[in-house]
Formats: sequence, structure tokens, C-alpha cells
Amino acid sequence: MSAPVYEPYLRKPKTFYEQYERKSGDPTVTHYCPGCGHGELHKMIAEAIEDLEIADRTVFISPVGCSVFAYYYFDTGNVQAAHGRAPAVGTGVQRARPHSIVISYQGDGDLAAIGLNEILQAANRGEHMAVFFVNNAIYGMTGGQMAPTTLPGMHTTTSPGGRDPRKAGNPLRLCELISQLDAPVYVARGALSGPKHILRTRKLVRKALQAQVERRGFTFVEVLSACPTGWGMNPPDAHKWILEKMAEFFPLEVFVDKTDSEPEPFEIPEEPPAEKLHELLRISTAGQVTFSPSQPVEPKYANPRIKVAGFGGQGVLLLGLGLAQCGMMEGRKVSWLPSYGPEMRGGTAHCHVNVSDHEIGSPLISRPTVVVAMNQPSLEKFEPQLVEGGLLIVNTSMVPKEPSRSDLDVLKIPASDMAKELGNPRAANMIILGAYAAYTGMIGKETALASLNTLIKRKHLVDLNRKAIELGWEFGTKARG
Amino acid sequence: MAEQIYQPIPPDDPRYEGKTPLLVKGNEAIVKGAILAGCRCFFGYPITPASEIAETAARDFPAVGGTFLQAESETASINMLYGAAAAGVRAMTASSGPGISLMQEGLSYLAGAELPCVIADIMRGGPGLGNIAPEQGDYNQVVKIGGHGNYRNPVYAPSSGQEMCDLTMRAFETAFEYRTPVFVIADGFTGQMMEPVVFPDPLPKPPEPDWACRADAETRENLISSIFLEPDDLEEHNRKLQEKYRRIEENEALYQVFHVDDAKIVAVAFGIVSRVVRSAVELAREKGIPVGLVRPVTLWPFPKKTLEALAKQAERFVVFELSNGQMLEDVRLAIHDSRPVDFHGRMGGNVPSTEECLDVIERVAREGGVL
Amino acid sequence: MAERQDRGRVEINLDECKGCQLCITVCPVNCLEVTTKLNKQGYLPVDYKGSGCTGCGLCYYACPEPGAITVFRLKKSA
Ligand SMILES: Cc1ncc(C[n+]2csc(CCOP(=O)(O)OP(=O)(O)O)c2C)c(N)n1
Ligand code: SF4
Ligand code: SF4
Ligand code: SF4
Repeated sequence: MSAPVYEPYLRKPKTFYEQYERKSGDPTVTHYCPGCGHGELHKMIAEAIEDLEIADRTVFISPVGCSVFAYYYFDTGNVQAAHGRAPAVGTGVQRARPHSIVISYQGDGDLAAIGLNEILQAANRGEHMAVFFVNNAIYGMTGGQMAPTTLPGMHTTTSPGGRDPRKAGNPLRLCELISQLDAPVYVARGALSGPKHILRTRKLVRKALQAQVERRGFTFVEVLSACPTGWGMNPPDAHKWILEKMAEFFPLEVFVDKTDSEPEPFEIPEEPPAEKLHELLRISTAGQVTFSPSQPVEPKYANPRIKVAGFGGQGVLLLGLGLAQCGMMEGRKVSWLPSYGPEMRGGTAHCHVNVSDHEIGSPLISRPTVVVAMNQPSLEKFEPQLVEGGLLIVNTSMVPKEPSRSDLDVLKIPASDMAKELGNPRAANMIILGAYAAYTGMIGKETALASLNTLIKRKHLVDLNRKAIELGWEFGTKARG
Repeated sequence: MAEQIYQPIPPDDPRYEGKTPLLVKGNEAIVKGAILAGCRCFFGYPITPASEIAETAARDFPAVGGTFLQAESETASINMLYGAAAAGVRAMTASSGPGISLMQEGLSYLAGAELPCVIADIMRGGPGLGNIAPEQGDYNQVVKIGGHGNYRNPVYAPSSGQEMCDLTMRAFETAFEYRTPVFVIADGFTGQMMEPVVFPDPLPKPPEPDWACRADAETRENLISSIFLEPDDLEEHNRKLQEKYRRIEENEALYQVFHVDDAKIVAVAFGIVSRVVRSAVELAREKGIPVGLVRPVTLWPFPKKTLEALAKQAERFVVFELSNGQMLEDVRLAIHDSRPVDFHGRMGGNVPSTEECLDVIERVAREGGVL
Repeated sequence: MAERQDRGRVEINLDECKGCQLCITVCPVNCLEVTTKLNKQGYLPVDYKGSGCTGCGLCYYACPEPGAITVFRLKKSA
């Protein structure tokens, strides 16, 4: 009988680097304390990554905490995140590279305290990532302070008299919290203590990662894990304490398991060809008509600085936009600035419109050459600002009062009444646009009509607004004489 | 290379071929520009006056096969950005003062890990909740850095709709050239204003970065991190960063000047204020006041050599800002306080009128005996 | 040689072991023991007693060090 032959059955997983070159000191051992649960969980994750053959496309997000240096060990893509933000960072990686397998590995301070919002929101969105949550009931890295998961009565450096739930709250049960959400497909708690639970935890870890390979969604595995250093115990006692004390507060259960049901479809969107971008962004100007500038314009009407003002619902901003749009279509420089900030109160609105043959300096108009007053308060507010001899357009339907200055060029137009007759009082703005265009010669009629294609989003209203411009144009022409 | 005069793309450039202007809001122009520059991920949280950026992104990014995600907070947005940038993809976020404050932790990590990305800040009034009106009070936290550690980030300050597009595109190029987060910073007016914008052809698709974690075999060995435990290692990393910042300062400072050749008074203003002041300078010139304007287009690197050179000929400087004088300090540093520097600042959302700025210039001229 | 064949065998890398003894606590057949010589890290490592291992693998999963324990199983005779 030949000598018995033994073959390796369990050896250091290939997902670990052979030598930990990023680490200072001995490159063959971890930086973890003897008996630390992080090492046990690392091994289970590494083994699963190797067995699932996903190391190439895995991006491991390491947290801030004792496992901040997980990237010393895992031969995968590695991204180190700020304290508590690993789920957000993982979200970014996953959305940017949808084929990736993202692992967010976090401690209880990281995940349940400073990063509680990030983890809950990532879980709720059902991000495609596996989260491994090391619950060791303490802050390990910073030297044993109280964690959100510290047990009642437990002594830590910041709960020296034992955690008092009346002041410090009770421990947070994360699995229970997360399993309240609809999206997570797998939520389970294991313990790294004793043969049974160690082997069970190994299965939970594999399941969470298997679900990522199957593109099922968000998976969350909490692991009760020893911190012998922080707890001031030897490792065997620490392991006992996990099952005797921690497990009592944190039940070892599978809270959610939807890994048998059909996963939601997972699509990786296609990148459109570059030639299509302008069209997809709705900025294609192919076929856009342009007009030559309306000529000649009397000097006093050239390069207008216009303020349009009225009630919110009078289409004041749209009228201003129309003036700018027409100017632009005729090749002039334009700017449009809505009233905004502290000015936007009490339901009134106004905007500043520059149309010029020259580069526009200030888009803000303090001394307008044209004021359109759609209502009484606007007249009162902006008439005084007009330059000497400036053009004042008054919507007399809404402004009973006479302008107070005598130096002005005044165009009175009962725009709201005319619009009502047309069938829609809201068309008053376009009547004024037409009247302004004809009266000053600043805008060609064709331009004004063509601008409606851009200005009026609801196509059934284009016709009405056309009529309004025509009506205004007629009025303006007559007034000009 | 040295500080350069910012040159807009000339109208007859082939990138504009067959394209005519569109009237769009500055905030929208940022999004379109970003996508034309190859950006495919947007993470953001709504805040006035930057919200149109997120709203436009919500339509546009999915339309081009990209990602739009409304984050739970700016803390999350900036960390999602960190993740996407770590994965080597062009990504951006946008916010305003309160949100930028929350992002400072992440910005420091981005700088430390040398991750390229773009952050748009459409400034509002502060401190605290302040209001939603335009201000430039984020200058300190953006330009002088609000996060911890020895870092800087380039800051572009557009002043028109066209520049909102063009400088955002440029911001992505700078970000990837130097592996750094880059800001595009504008006030609420520039974000809300509509102006004609001609959108150029998209930038050619950049090569995949070899330093990123792209979740493939080729980049599996990569690590994105800002930790250097050993003091010597961290110092070396910091020295490397400073060397990068030196190169950026040498090559990337942009500015514009108006009427400075014979100026005895040099006005300095950026963003929307530079336009108001430019109008005022034109009026002052008509009155025979020898005043010119320097408009920093990048706030960091700051065009300090240009200002330093002008201090030889000019007798006085006057800084206009929508703040309590945050850029003012950089102007004084640039000219080594060799000339008196006057300051006119408005706050709370008030923007000075052209006439107001003209008055200031006239007063400075009178008091300085320049008239 | 009529030696009884163990189903398994473990090898412990004495220099990688941190002496936490968690492996000992889980071994169902008590075939691991603490040694008496400090390793290069300054711990008293655990080692295989030399016989009795069933190759169950429990010690491997209880051990926090990636490479400290390798478990072998008896090759089924061809
Ligand atoms: C913003 C911020 N606040 C505080 C810290 C300090 N800090 C580092 S690790 C840590 C707690 C880690 O505890 P836990 O997440 O439970 O991980 P463990 O070390 O126990 O594995 C804290 C508070 C930090 N790095 N960043
Ligand atoms: S302090 Fe605790 S959690 Fe940190 S390495 Fe040591 S045992 Fe592990
Ligand atoms: S494999 Fe099982 S039997 Fe063998 S030493 Fe390890 S725990 Fe003991
Ligand atoms: S569990 Fe591992 S590290 Fe701990 S004593 Fe056993 S072999 Fe050594």
C-alpha cells in the first residue's frame, strides 16, 4: 500500500495578493489584531470572489475603520472611501461601470452612524452592490469608543459607565431597518463564532455575491464579529461573547431573501454615435431659419434695453423671451434675464432684455430705453427708470393711470382687451410683441411670426398667437403713422 | 506657457459648422456643454439657483445613454462623483453655497485621490440659508479651498451663456489632463439668464484612463485612495500635488482685459460683475477717465502676473464683487499691495448697476487724482 | 506500515499565525495545539498535533489570517 496522498482542500484564496506590497512591515500577515473578525470575513469574501470568478470586474470599496486597508489584501479593483460614504461611492462606480461587481465593506461606526443615510438610500434605490457590514459593537480603529451597535450597559471609552439607553439610545438593528425597504433582495445576519455560525455566515456571504453575479440588486449581510482588542477579551472569550450576548440583541436570521424570484431586467445602455448628440440634446439647429436684421431702425429705437413687467400670469417672461428670440434670429446680440431672487415676490414678474448690434455688457438694465408696463404697479415702478425720451408701452386695459412723465414716447395699446376679443386674454403679450415690432421697426414681421415655433411649446396655441402678432403689427403700424 | 487671454471659439471654427445660436439658460448650457465634453454621469441634489442643471441633466443624460441620479444629499452627490471618477468616467455635479459647503469633505478626498471631475457652483446669497439671489460669496470656499489638506482646484468663472458651455467643456479637459476636480462657478444671474449659445461638435471620445478602476482585468491592480500612512510617503504625495498645482498655475490661468493699455485705474471683476463693470468702463472712457478692466476667467489659477505687470503702470486698482471682498485679497496679493486697492462690494443678492459702478470709478479717479 | 490513514491534514504557517487560538476552539477533534516557541511576530503559534485531522475545514474558516492554515484532504485512491 502506497503512502497516503493529501491534496490541498482549503488554502489562501487567490483573491488575496500573494504578498501585501502596499502594507508596511511584514507583507505576509494582515494588520488586524489576533482574533479579529475582519480577517475571517475577508477570507470568506475572497473565497467567494475566487469561486465566482469575478475578481477582474470586482471593485472593492474600503471604508474608514480598521478595514480601511482592505485594499492591502484584495486583488480586485480597489477604491478607498471617506468615512461612511462607501455606499455612495459604490453607487458612483456601479452607475459609471454597470458591468462591475461592487462590494461595500463597512464597520458599524462607518455604516450605522456617520453613513446611515448613505446606506439606507443606497438600499432603498436597490443599488447593485453587496454590502458587508461588520458589527463589532465598537469603534475599533479609533480605540474602542461607543458605536451605534454597542450593547446596553457595555463599557467603552466613551461610555465608561456602560451604555445608558436613556441617554445614548438603544443599539441600532440595521438588518431589521433595511429589511423594511422594498428594494433589497437579500438581507441577513450571521455571526463569526462557533462552527455552526461560521459555516452559515460563509453561505450568507456567497449568496450575497452570487446575487450580484445574477444582477439581482442590493444585498446586505451583517456579521457579528469579534473585536478582542476593543472588548478587552481574549479571542476565544470574544467569540463566546458574540453568541452569548450579541446574538441575543441581534437575532441571527435571514430577513429578506428574494434571490429565487425572477430578477428585474438589468440593461446596460448603449452609447449613441457622436453625430446624434445634438439631436438627442435637442440643440440641433439644422434647418433653423435666420433672418437678416430688420432695417433701417431709427437711432432712438436701435440697441434697445427693454424691461417688461406685469403680473405673473400675463406672459411677461415669454414676451421678453420673444423679443430676445427675434433679435437673435436676426443675427443681433441678445440677453434675457428674468426677475429672480428678492425681486420675485408678490406675483409680479419682470425681465431685462437687451438687443444690440454690439457685444452686450451688463445684462442687467437699470436705465431702460423701453419699458413695457402690463399692469399699474409696473408703470409706477419702471416709468421713472426710463431714459429721457424713452419708449413706454402701456397695456391700457390694465393700466387706468396716465404716465406721469411728458418727455416719453408713449405707445398705448389695450392689449388685454384685444386679446380677449381674439378669444384668449393671455395672448396680450404677443399683441404687444407685434405692436413693438411694427412701431419701432426693430423686428421684421416674418421674424416675429417664425419665432412662435420656438416660443410656443403647445402647438395648438401657435395659431392664436400668430393672430395676436398680426393684430399687434397692424396696431403698431397705424400708431407709427 | 504663461497666463493667457481667454479666446472664445471663433464663429468660423469648423466645430460650429452648420450650427446657429439657440437661446438657452446658462444652467442648461452647462449640462449640454458637459455632455458634449463626454460627461456621462450626473449626481446632484436640488438647490436654487442651480436646480435647472439637475432638471436638464435628468432629461439629457439618460437621452445619451448616461446616468442621472438624484442623490440624497450633497454629501452623497460628491461621493457618487468620487466613485464614478474613480471608475474613470467623466462625471459632474452641481449645487449652490449650502450644498458646496456639504461637499467639502468629498472635495478634499477627490483632490487627495487625484480624481478628475467637474463641480458647478451657481452661487447664492449667504451666509447660512441667506437667500437665492446672486452672490459671489463662495469665492473663499471654492477658490481658496474649503476642505482639509494641501490642495487646490482649478476654477472657471464664466460670464455668459456661451461661456457656461465652453468653459464647462474646458473644465473637463483640464480635469482629465491634470487628474483634479475642477469647478465652474457662476452667480445666480449667469445661471438663470438666457443668451444665444452655439453648441460646438462634441469633443472626440477620450481614451479610457489607465489609472482608474474600470472593473476589468487591465485595471484590476489599480487603487484609488488618499491614504499615505507614513509621513514621508504623505509628504512625497503632497509634493507631487504641489508640483502639479505649480504646472496648472503656469499653464492654465485665463483672463480678459479691456482698455488696459493706457489705464491709470484698473478695475477687477469676474463673472456677471465683469460685464456690468465693462459697461461702466466704456462710459467712463467716454468721459475721458483712463480706466481699464481685468476679468479673471480662471479664479485659480489667478492671473496674478497680469495684475502684477499692470501695477507698474496703473495708479489705483478697484475691485468689484458680489461679496465682502473675497477676491479682493487675491488682487492685493497679486500686486503685493504696491498700489491702493479700492473695493466696491454688494451682498445679499444686490447687483450693482452700470451707473453705480461708473460712480465708483469716477470717485476713485477723483480721489486718486487721476482725473 | 499499518498506520491508520487520517482523512485530513493541516499545515500551519507558523510565522503567519497570530496565536489567537480560534482554530483550537472550533476543531471538533482537538488536533491542534499551542506551540512553545515565539514566532517572528512575537506570538506563540498554534500547530497541528500531527494526527487526527478529519479535513473538516472549520479551523480554516475560524482563522482570521489569510494564509496561516492550509487544509489538505486525503486523495481518494484512484
Ligand atoms: C469624518 C470623520 N470622522 C471621524 C473619523 C475618525 N474615525 C475613523 S474610524 C472611526 C470609527 C470606525 O469604527 P467602525 O466603523 O465601527 O469600524 P471598526 O474600526 O470597528 O472596524 C472613526 C470615528 C474619520 N476618519 N472621519
Ligand atoms: S481593533 Fe478590533 S476591529 Fe480593529 S483590528 Fe483590532 S480587533 Fe479588529
Ligand atoms: S480541518 Fe477540522 S479537524 Fe482538521 S484541524 Fe482543522 S478543524 Fe481540526
Ligand atoms: S486561528 Fe489562525 S491565527 Fe489564530 S491561532 Fe489558529 S492558525 Fe493561528
